[in-house]
Amino acid sequence: MFQIRIHGRGGQGVVTAAEILSVAAFDEGRHAQAFPSFGSERTGAPVVSFCRIDDRLIRTHEPVMEPDAVIIQDVTLIHQVDLFSGLSRDGYVLINTSSSFSELNFGDFFDQFHPDRLMTCPATDIALEHLGRPLPNAALLGGFAALTGEVTMEAIDKAVREHFAGSVGERNAAAVKAAFDCVASKIKQVARASTN
Amino acid sequence: MTSQDVHFYQVGSFAVGNRLLEQEERTVQAQVDRTNSIDSGHRACQGCGEALGARYALDAAMRATNGQIVAVNATGCLEVFSTPYPETSWRIPWLHSLFGNAPAVATGVAAALRAKGIEDVRVVAQAGDGGTVDIGFGCLSGMFERNDDVLFICYDNEGYMNTGVQRSAATPPAARTATTKAVGAEPGNTFGQGKDLPRIAMAHNIPYVATATVADLHDLERKVERAMEFHGARYLHVLVPCPLGWGSASNETIHIARLAKESGLFPVFEAEDGVVRSVSPIRRRVPVEEYLKLQRRFAHLFGPHPRLDVIARIQSMADANIERYGLVSPESLEESS
Amino acid sequence: MLRQIEGSRAIAETVALCRPEVVCAYPISPQTHIIEAVGEMVKAGTLAPCEFINVESEFAAMSVAIGASATGARAYTATSSQGLLFMMEAVYNAAGLGLPIVMTLANRAIGAPINIWNDHSDAMAVRDSGWIQLFAESNQEAADLHVQAFRLAEELSIPVMVCVDGFILTHAVEGVDLLEQSFVDAFLPPYEPRQVLDTNAPVSIGAMVGPEAFEEVRYLAHLRQLDALERIPEIAQEFFEASGRDSGGLVRPYRTDDAEVIVVAMGSVLGTLKDTVDLRRDLGERVGVLGVTSFRPFPSEAIRDALKHARQVVVIEKAFSIGAGGVLSSDIAIAMHREETLLRTVVAGLGGRAITRRSLEKVLDDASDNELAPLTFLDLDHDAVDRERARMQATRRSGPSAENLLRDRGTVSQKADA
Repeated sequence: MFQIRIHGRGGQGVVTAAEILSVAAFDEGRHAQAFPSFGSERTGAPVVSFCRIDDRLIRTHEPVMEPDAVIIQDVTLIHQVDLFSGLSRDGYVLINTSSSFSELNFGDFFDQFHPDRLMTCPATDIALEHLGRPLPNAALLGGFAALTGEVTMEAIDKAVREHFAGSVGERNAAAVKAAFDCVASKIKQVARASTN
Repeated sequence: MTSQDVHFYQVGSFAVGNRLLEQEERTVQAQVDRTNSIDSGHRACQGCGEALGARYALDAAMRATNGQIVAVNATGCLEVFSTPYPETSWRIPWLHSLFGNAPAVATGVAAALRAKGIEDVRVVAQAGDGGTVDIGFGCLSGMFERNDDVLFICYDNEGYMNTGVQRSAATPPAARTATTKAVGAEPGNTFGQGKDLPRIAMAHNIPYVATATVADLHDLERKVERAMEFHGARYLHVLVPCPLGWGSASNETIHIARLAKESGLFPVFEAEDGVVRSVSPIRRRVPVEEYLKLQRRFAHLFGPHPRLDVIARIQSMADANIERYGLVSPESLEESS
Repeated sequence: MLRQIEGSRAIAETVALCRPEVVCAYPISPQTHIIEAVGEMVKAGTLAPCEFINVESEFAAMSVAIGASATGARAYTATSSQGLLFMMEAVYNAAGLGLPIVMTLANRAIGAPINIWNDHSDAMAVRDSGWIQLFAESNQEAADLHVQAFRLAEELSIPVMVCVDGFILTHAVEGVDLLEQSFVDAFLPPYEPRQVLDTNAPVSIGAMVGPEAFEEVRYLAHLRQLDALERIPEIAQEFFEASGRDSGGLVRPYRTDDAEVIVVAMGSVLGTLKDTVDLRRDLGERVGVLGVTSFRPFPSEAIRDALKHARQVVVIEKAFSIGAGGVLSSDIAIAMHREETLLRTVVAGLGGRAITRRSLEKVLDDASDNELAPLTFLDLDHDAVDRERARMQATRRSGPSAENLLRDRGTVSQKADA
């Protein structure tokens, strides 16, 4: 089972992101589950959503306590919420920011992690460019696909187009591709750097 | 229908007149083949205005709909005295659910009929004043707002009679009830409270709102039949004196209802889409004392230390109604002088 | 057809397949998505003939359903928590009148303090009302149970509520295999009322019944629920034969045959429990889970049979009776009445507090060491409780406890003069 936790703020489409991710996995013939942790509708408040992907039927309904991947849609949460609780050293982290991972001042927290599993991606900028709106959720899923390979970009693309109708879907799909390419190339850079 | 006044001077009332009318102008109650929707054998008190009002209204509704109505009843006197286990005095399909939900239950019945494509069966909901203006108020307003196809009839005896004569939002000022006793500096029900349900109904802009009393049978029947010409939410507020709760003689129910109208305390009118369309003018105006003195619930206003100040306040309420609705027409002013 | 779909949506689409004629509901989290979806289908004309009534309160919602059902229409509504309490009078009324209304109860905690998250206190509040109460373990079962619910309700003239954990199930997007219209039509015939408001055959429904007959009327309702104990598994079996799916029934045992410790629970926590039990089984522990699907009528015999060989029974429940103890536990205890078996109650998940596998494993650890107290509250912060008790002891004007606890946690900002 692969477990993802997505952190963001109300209004950023955190819940939708988990749902689209689960649909993408479902379209690839896997079992998937997505659910939010919050209840009341309130813009701006910290929000968490969860997604599980497995080849077997998913029975559990507890929150994701030990994520394999954490996606952070809003970098201002970093020192406010315990974003990485339960994340193992083999875990993946994708943060929406134009800074690099090392510029984010995590100290030695991530020293034992795999450097090619810790990525940032300027998803808001990508979203502004392709959608005209600062909604980074779909783009980040493209980054996730590149980072973990847990779902293909094609599946994310299809799920995004299903969820958002017409041209909005197309533009979101373009943002997905852009973020995918961005993260994919960063991973290559890290790989090259480590072999040097 | 144009109404014809038949003055029966020997009796001093308009109660008798069917024999002088054409067959089609006679009341439903005058027909031998009337439904008797609420049949004899019920357990109402002697002189109960509500039993009278219910029979008048529902028989008229049955004629207007060719016998196709379903009645929804709130908890209260009518429900209790009409269905003493194991008997029922209802000859029509009848549903009683709870005290506060008659309007909503009626909405459900109407919705079911519509879903099933049954167009000729109409829904009548009925409740006392408690089930209408107090506990049923939320559901009533909801039914009005949605314009559900229900005729709601309130039998207003101005208090919770079935449970022992307690005050409701329809209890008039100064009236003695078990919870507004005739003691202290301000005996009886407090001034400045209460709800004017007919006007609240009008404020919802529903197709038809009317008030009536059991003193004028023709008028009440005509209004029920008129209401049945509309589809959507309709409201009929009927004043029904309660000998037990009002402390009046059981043979004076109709007389007291007439005095309520003739004093101006109970305006009788019709409204459509929130606007008053017609008014039943006062024939021979009476001062409120004529009405109040027949009821022991106002006895504390009379006697060796009469509360003339309170009576005056009640009189000014009547005056205000007369002014607002134009209840005293120039013609009737001429007649009464 | 298998779809990745939100639980609420799966329920709504399945309810629509049941051809309800009157749907009436008042919005309350977390039921909203169900009713919105049904309303959309009615407005778009895909669910017809059906009247969708936007009522002004939950009390009105159940009342409209009562009127509609008494007129022979298939009626459906949904609510949660506070809404259920607001319609409580009508809930009892519907059962007493024998009207086959089906309601989805999206389980949510009852306040005060106001809480929108899941627990079972709402269902427990009406357990004596005469409604049949079925608890869904998953969204698949939640959808399937509604079809069985209408069938059961209309056969027996008993209203049925399908309990679905709010947010945890209603707002989870999962794979659900939705039924076809032809399947539902074959499984659920049109509603043939036992009593109906009909101008051709007028009856009075809802008359007063005094001491001379009330007990008999109540007992008849009890007998009808006991009849349901037979019909529920039969209907579930019929459903299984037609669909291949094990949905519904009275109880669902999982690896209990040779278990020494059996955990009993209802609703979505069963999925988490099954994962936990599998892990423990891999370690050689003989532990199993018994899911209770039909809470009312309470399947005493089936439960007794399933638990009789266990050394210890641990009931994990999302409700409790303040001042007394577990609710499900007391029903289980009555069913068991065997001194050799240890019965333990663990109250968990109140107000939506997550029940984690980690915490469940701790419970099983304590159980196997015989260290589980008769009544415990999972993951309770005893220190916070003690601090509040100390505050209350120290001063009379100690303020609202809920606020004090939240401030303690840092959730509510400090008072200006603190």
